[in-house]
Amino acid sequence: MIIQTFGITKRYKNITAVNHIDLSIEEGKIFGLLGPNGAGKTTLLSMLATLIPPTEGTAKVNGYDIRKEPGKVRASIGMVFQTPSSDEILTGRENLYLHALLYGVPKEEREKRIEDVLELVDLADRANDLVKTYSGGMRRRLELARGLLHRPKILFLDEPTLGLDPQTRQHIWDYIKRLSKEQGVTIIITTHYMEEADSLCDRVAIIDYGEIKALDSPSMLKMKVGKSMIKARVESPNLDYIRGLPYVIKAEAKDGTVTIILSEAGAHIQEILCNLGNVSFVELREPTLNDVFLQITGKEMRVESAEGWAEVYARAGSR
Amino acid sequence: MGRGVCEGWFKMSDLWGIYALWYREAKVFLREKSRLVSSTVNPLIWLVAFGGGLGASISIGGAGYQAFIFPGVLMLVVLFTTIFFGLYVVWDKKIDFFKEVLVSPLKRTSIFVGKMLGGCTDGLIQSGIIILFGPLFGINYTAYSLGLVILFVLLLAMGTTSLGLAIGSQMTSFEGFGLVQSFVILPLFFLSGALYPIDNLPAWLSWITYANPLTYIVDGMRGALLGESSFPIVLDLGVAAAYVAVLVAIGTFAFKKMT
Ligand SMILES: Nc1ncnc2c1ncn2[C@@H]1O[C@H](COP(=O)(O)OP(=O)(O)O)[C@@H](O)[C@H]1O
Ligand SMILES: [Mg+2]
Repeated sequence: MIIQTFGITKRYKNITAVNHIDLSIEEGKIFGLLGPNGAGKTTLLSMLATLIPPTEGTAKVNGYDIRKEPGKVRASIGMVFQTPSSDEILTGRENLYLHALLYGVPKEEREKRIEDVLELVDLADRANDLVKTYSGGMRRRLELARGLLHRPKILFLDEPTLGLDPQTRQHIWDYIKRLSKEQGVTIIITTHYMEEADSLCDRVAIIDYGEIKALDSPSMLKMKVGKSMIKARVESPNLDYIRGLPYVIKAEAKDGTVTIILSEAGAHIQEILCNLGNVSFVELREPTLNDVFLQITGKEMRVESAEGWAEVYARAGSR
Repeated sequence: MGRGVCEGWFKMSDLWGIYALWYREAKVFLREKSRLVSSTVNPLIWLVAFGGGLGASISIGGAGYQAFIFPGVLMLVVLFTTIFFGLYVVWDKKIDFFKEVLVSPLKRTSIFVGKMLGGCTDGLIQSGIIILFGPLFGINYTAYSLGLVILFVLLLAMGTTSLGLAIGSQMTSFEGFGLVQSFVILPLFFLSGALYPIDNLPAWLSWITYANPLTYIVDGMRGALLGESSFPIVLDLGVAAAYVAVLVAIGTFAFKKMT
């Protein structure tokens, strides 16, 4: 286990931001901390990075105690902060050069590593421009590059795609996956985007009010919740037959649209469509981490998004 | 592949880290040219208007009043440049660039030293520009006087940057800036004999003046530039060195306590 926390806790005046968390994180994986704003993600990360001391409990990062050996912890990690932390008055390259110096990258390797990471995040052609002139996505990429420059064993990414457009976000995800695969870095990422946790992470901890509410792989989490949904437009649905199927939990019709809640829709969609009636339009929705979150905490993580739903549109031409 | 920072690199990497902080400050300083210009023009106006105007009606020192207050104005420039440089660590704490520095393996002491050297560089460049204008105000340099005055400027800059960093590291907002200016910098400046000779002061004022370390620094600079000083140069240098030692110690301590 490359990271282990032992009842780690952070209390502010009238709020417990992180509440006795015990976590173990495996080496070489992408680990996600998923939770709404104010859940305590940044606070937990800041403690692991030795930026703020815990009120209670402790943690081991790369085998070093965060309270006793903060210097060694800091040498093992890279961190990309939630808010932009590049120096605007400097160029991208200068920022990286500074970072290389701060982290003691050996002199003869600096140039090469800077070129390598610039290449990795596609910033080579803008490296000599002031960061002031970069877009949000470019800054993010620069910070990712910076986090990697000293080849840390562990990389903390605090909301790496916050406020980026979907295309840039996808781009950053690709970089992160590549890093994990090619460099073998252990990556801890915090996010409040379901899709991000879902598509990136090997394991996800759902965090709310400073506590871990669930921890598993995204697919296992979804499996536990286990509910898929089929929506179909049907002229005269054969609801009674559908309700009789063993894996169907609920089926109802309203305004010509049938909604069926069932387990493992993928495996059973064929049988349902064949027996439902004259279907003109079908939508299949697999469970999302949002459902998981809803079930565990009793509230929606956020309402605005439809992205990431596994949607299958099919036109059933049955006459 | 060597991941992380291996132990053997430790000392060396701290030096590089100090260099990194200095490099950043120097770049930022040189890129903000408007700041450079305005903080050069103000002291020159002082010298021309205040020195010229008052100098026309009083006679202090052999070389004229403008030359007499020249070391004082030099000191003023260094004081303001470096104290505010130090205080700006409040701002650093707010922008996330500094978090980047704090999360690096660099020791707090090294961060302090890097910052302090940055402040010294600012102070040296700023005062260097004023020194260039010296001959216009009746100052004639020799290698000895120039070397000595730069040494005093450097010590003053080191101490005052440390003072600024010490205060700034404990502040949480900019509100304290005005207080520091009114209750630290200006009293230290006006009670240092920067603008008047200290030999015939009333007893109460002379005690305060003698207790003020800046008195000795401006006296040393004046001794170097004009050959007129109230104390032996060794005493002046000694006090300047003590000023640095005490404030660097306080600053280092404050940085370690900084959150
Ligand atoms: N310095 C602080 N002082 C007081 N409260 C804080 C401080 N930092 C964070 N908090 C509070 O702790 C809680 C967790 O914050 P944070 O870790 O930033 O959440 P997240 O990153 O998950 O959005 C929030 O309620 C926040 O207001
Ligand atoms: Mg956060």
